[in-house]
Amino acid sequence: MLIITCPWCGPRDQTEFAYGGEAHIVRPKDPDALTDEQWGDYVFMRKNVRGRHLEQWGHAYGCRRWFNVERDTVTYAIKSVYKPGESAPEEAK
Amino acid sequence: MSQSHRLPRGGRIDRSRVLRFTFNGRPYEGFAGDTLASALLANGVTLVARSWKYHRPRGIVGSGVEEPNAVVQLETGAYTVPNARATEVELYDGLVASSVNCWPSPGFDLMSVARCFSRLMPAGFYYKTFMWPKSLWMKYEHFIRKASGLGTAPGEADPDSYDKMNAHCDVLVAGGGPAGLAAALTAAQAGARVIVADEQAEMGGTLLASRGCTIDGVPAAQWAEQAVRKLSAMPNVRLLPRSTVFGYHDYNFLTVAERRTDHLPVAARKGARERVWRVRAKQVVLAAGAIERPLVFGNNDLPGVMLASAVSRFTNRHGVRLGQRAVVFTNNDSAYQAALDLHAAGVEVAAVVDARASVLGALPTAARSAGIPVIERSVVVEARGGKRVAGAQVMALDASGERVQGAGRRIDCDLLAMSGGWSPAVHLHAQSNGKARYDEAKACFVPGMPAQAERSVGACNGSFDLESCLAEGSAAGAQAARLTGFDAAPSPAPKIEPATREQPLEPLWLVPSPQPPGHGPKQFVDPQNDVAASDILLAAREGYHSIEHVKRYTALGFGTDQGKLGNINGMAILAKALGQSIAATGTTTFRPNYTPQTFGAIAGPDLGELFEPIRKTAMHAWHEENGARFENVGQWKRPWYFPKAGEDLHAAVNRECLAARNAVAIMDASTLGKIDIQGPDAATFLNLVYTNAWSKLGVGRCRYGLMLDENGMVMDDGVTTRLGENHFLMTTTTGGAARVMAWLERWLQTEWPHFKVYLTSVTDHFATAAVVGPKSREVLKAVCKDIDFSPEAFPFMSYRDGTVAGVPAKVMRISFSGELAYEVNVAAHLGRHVWEALMQAGRPFGITPYGTETMHVLRAEKGFIIVGQDTDGSVTPVDLGMDWIIAKGKDFIGRRSLARSDTRRDDRKQLVGLLTEDPRTVLPEGGQIVKDASVPAPVPMLGHVTSSYFSAFLDRSIALAVVKAGSRRHGEEVQVPLADGRVIRAKIASPVFLDPEGARQNV
Repeated sequence: MLIITCPWCGPRDQTEFAYGGEAHIVRPKDPDALTDEQWGDYVFMRKNVRGRHLEQWGHAYGCRRWFNVERDTVTYAIKSVYKPGESAPEEAK
Repeated sequence: MSQSHRLPRGGRIDRSRVLRFTFNGRPYEGFAGDTLASALLANGVTLVARSWKYHRPRGIVGSGVEEPNAVVQLETGAYTVPNARATEVELYDGLVASSVNCWPSPGFDLMSVARCFSRLMPAGFYYKTFMWPKSLWMKYEHFIRKASGLGTAPGEADPDSYDKMNAHCDVLVAGGGPAGLAAALTAAQAGARVIVADEQAEMGGTLLASRGCTIDGVPAAQWAEQAVRKLSAMPNVRLLPRSTVFGYHDYNFLTVAERRTDHLPVAARKGARERVWRVRAKQVVLAAGAIERPLVFGNNDLPGVMLASAVSRFTNRHGVRLGQRAVVFTNNDSAYQAALDLHAAGVEVAAVVDARASVLGALPTAARSAGIPVIERSVVVEARGGKRVAGAQVMALDASGERVQGAGRRIDCDLLAMSGGWSPAVHLHAQSNGKARYDEAKACFVPGMPAQAERSVGACNGSFDLESCLAEGSAAGAQAARLTGFDAAPSPAPKIEPATREQPLEPLWLVPSPQPPGHGPKQFVDPQNDVAASDILLAAREGYHSIEHVKRYTALGFGTDQGKLGNINGMAILAKALGQSIAATGTTTFRPNYTPQTFGAIAGPDLGELFEPIRKTAMHAWHEENGARFENVGQWKRPWYFPKAGEDLHAAVNRECLAARNAVAIMDASTLGKIDIQGPDAATFLNLVYTNAWSKLGVGRCRYGLMLDENGMVMDDGVTTRLGENHFLMTTTTGGAARVMAWLERWLQTEWPHFKVYLTSVTDHFATAAVVGPKSREVLKAVCKDIDFSPEAFPFMSYRDGTVAGVPAKVMRISFSGELAYEVNVAAHLGRHVWEALMQAGRPFGITPYGTETMHVLRAEKGFIIVGQDTDGSVTPVDLGMDWIIAKGKDFIGRRSLARSDTRRDDRKQLVGLLTEDPRTVLPEGGQIVKDASVPAPVPMLGHVTSSYFSAFLDRSIALAVVKAGSRRHGEEVQVPLADGRVIRAKIASPVFLDPEGARQNV
């Protein structure tokens, strides 16, 4: 079970959080300009990475705020957390 | 004679405390300090079970978690425990146990006839024999289960309670043997907060069964006692005996099951039976020990064939005389300890049969000095005997070691101790995501690189001698303490006497047999699952090359011991058959739980009323006092209907419906989700989350909204009221309140953080009474003088502030029934007062309280949907015929999806009404709709019934359904076939059965 550091509340047990899936998916400004396939990509298609994954978590049983987590899907190690609107950290080499 | 096989002295047992117990209906006695297994052996009970497949007689093999045969049903009735290992059961006065796998008794087992057919039951016999014809599988399975099953689950509710505890520590030590105690002492003396968990009642592990060994001059068992005393005196240490670390999860989260009362007589048990510790440890020291491997030779499952370590333990720790004459069969030095222990206890050791040549280690030398014959370069090819071992057939190995040669000779014995070496208990390391690696020199799997903050020490690290256990333990304790910020150093190495330096073992995975494979007596690899070497060889021949597949094909490592005893032998035999290395063959996955855990322990206290919050409205007590039947809606208890004397559900609902349509009725609507939305961008936000437009909604007006997900599917609905220019009150479905709140919050925070919109969940702030029916206006007028209820002043879909029954109220004129109706919202603590005032005011009109069932009928008569009942996450507003609610000229969540080629199809399942041919027949909800049920299967499915009721007002049944291209099929005949063979005929109709013009509510 993970320990996740909420940017506002600090480290907390995973049971306090809700998983939100891949981060940095921006809702298209003009949906009508998209083909069905492009719109389908936005609605359905998600990365299934082995390794570094940028994802959203919400502190559902805490401050109820959403934020971003950089997590390794193999080791489950959380490399960083950052607030919405902040850009993803540089990928560590 | 009682305890006929007890040694005259010795053992860590209290001979002054006699404990009486019953096994298979017969009374026995044991001593405090016994396990059920040791007490049975002390009474000469060696036949304790029948094997599951062949019903062969079986005895006690091991002395701990690895025991495959002595699996018992403990106690009876509600307290019964299936599949307890007798080796792990502490004896208590009055204990009742029975064998699980034989009938009527292990000595006279009717199913043992299966042995005659054992050649017909090879690996995979289930799949080969019984899967065809498929239709009979269920029948076969019933009898197979009956013939083979393990224990019986209790049929009554569990009378025990269970506990959970969260704990944090610097260092968790799993295992309280020599390595674990050394680690704990070093870490704790440095000041670290330490938890030590050990599965036994007394910590000390193998030290408690040792004989003649001293640590710094102190007898080993006494050293363990001193260590435990020191630890228990330290405030930074928590000792958890009778506790198994059964799971090692991410981020050093470990689960420990502490058994608190199982060692007590049933009547003396108080408090929680088990407590699961949920431990977050900064550092973990694994000191879980090792499990001795059996040797795989013919009839190695006969009662009286035991692991050498179990022989030592029962002899030294429990003072049991295991036999008169013993043979020890080994490929390593450690088993000589068992020979010496037997010799010291006065048991004749006829021979030690050692597969190795030139055996010169310290223990073998000591054995020879004691006059025990050692037969080198030889093996026991077969145990002889009926219900108990009576002799060992010994043959010499040839130069290759792959075959036996020469004439065999029989050595009479009634005890056969065996040791094939040791398998480190790498389970927790593997669970923590570490990968065990095969160590060729030690011929065992040892822990690999740690994936988490853990290290393995002692026998579970492949370091089997006592010097290494203590040294590694202390070093690991110091390292773990230092990593958590304490100044620690390992303690100096103690002096161990006699030295236990050993010669290396020689791997012996499958004892050569004089007969060709499959022809000699069975050589068991996994006795619990009756898997013999021939089964694994057969699996390999049949093309099963992955160990995971072989496991499932042969059942190797299934059951209560999960391969602790036999798996490594099985993997090695498979490796040899496939001509590859053991390392390349690998192990099956080590998954939690290390040992079987009870459902009670996992559930803990989260049962019944504590499983989930129960939410009750402010009027709940009134409903109870007035005979309401309740139903669960989400976490809420909602009145379902209010039966009068003699009424069933249907009679009550018919009466309630007619009251609402003809006069006035009242419903508690407090459970609807309510979200207070404020801020200058509130209307803009609503435009995005609902399909319809909100900017122009006037203050004081209400509007129904439909919420879609981005896929264009309906996810919630409800009425939202504009309380002020920048202030809305949204209602959601009862079950969807939390989901909608989270949904809105997420969009605001992650997509539109620049919006000035503030959300507050106010569901619990208000109590809501819906007053419904033609007389509702009269009722409201009687209790509220400061609102003008005339149709012109207070039109449909509007809201007014006022004073109802003397208290401030928000009154909405909205309707979920199609009738003139008002919803009165007041502060929750005033809910019952206002409810009673409304009841009082309505009495002249026969005001009738109603529940969710009547609400459903009333809304279905009007064709109003329930999200989640008439929709299922695949339904668009267009499918519901609600095109009118889709605003043009603005974007909203899900809009673009409505233009996708699939959502635009005109033959999607669409909401329709169904009218049965016989108006008395009510269709079952979920019923499948077909055009013609008489055509050959598969009959094309058109859709299904989503809502179905009897409408008292319309005096006929009505139903809603989703049907392919339903909007074009009004008037068409369809059929609903039922499971009992009946076919109900119905006609597709408009989903609005009553007042499509809305005349009833516009009055």
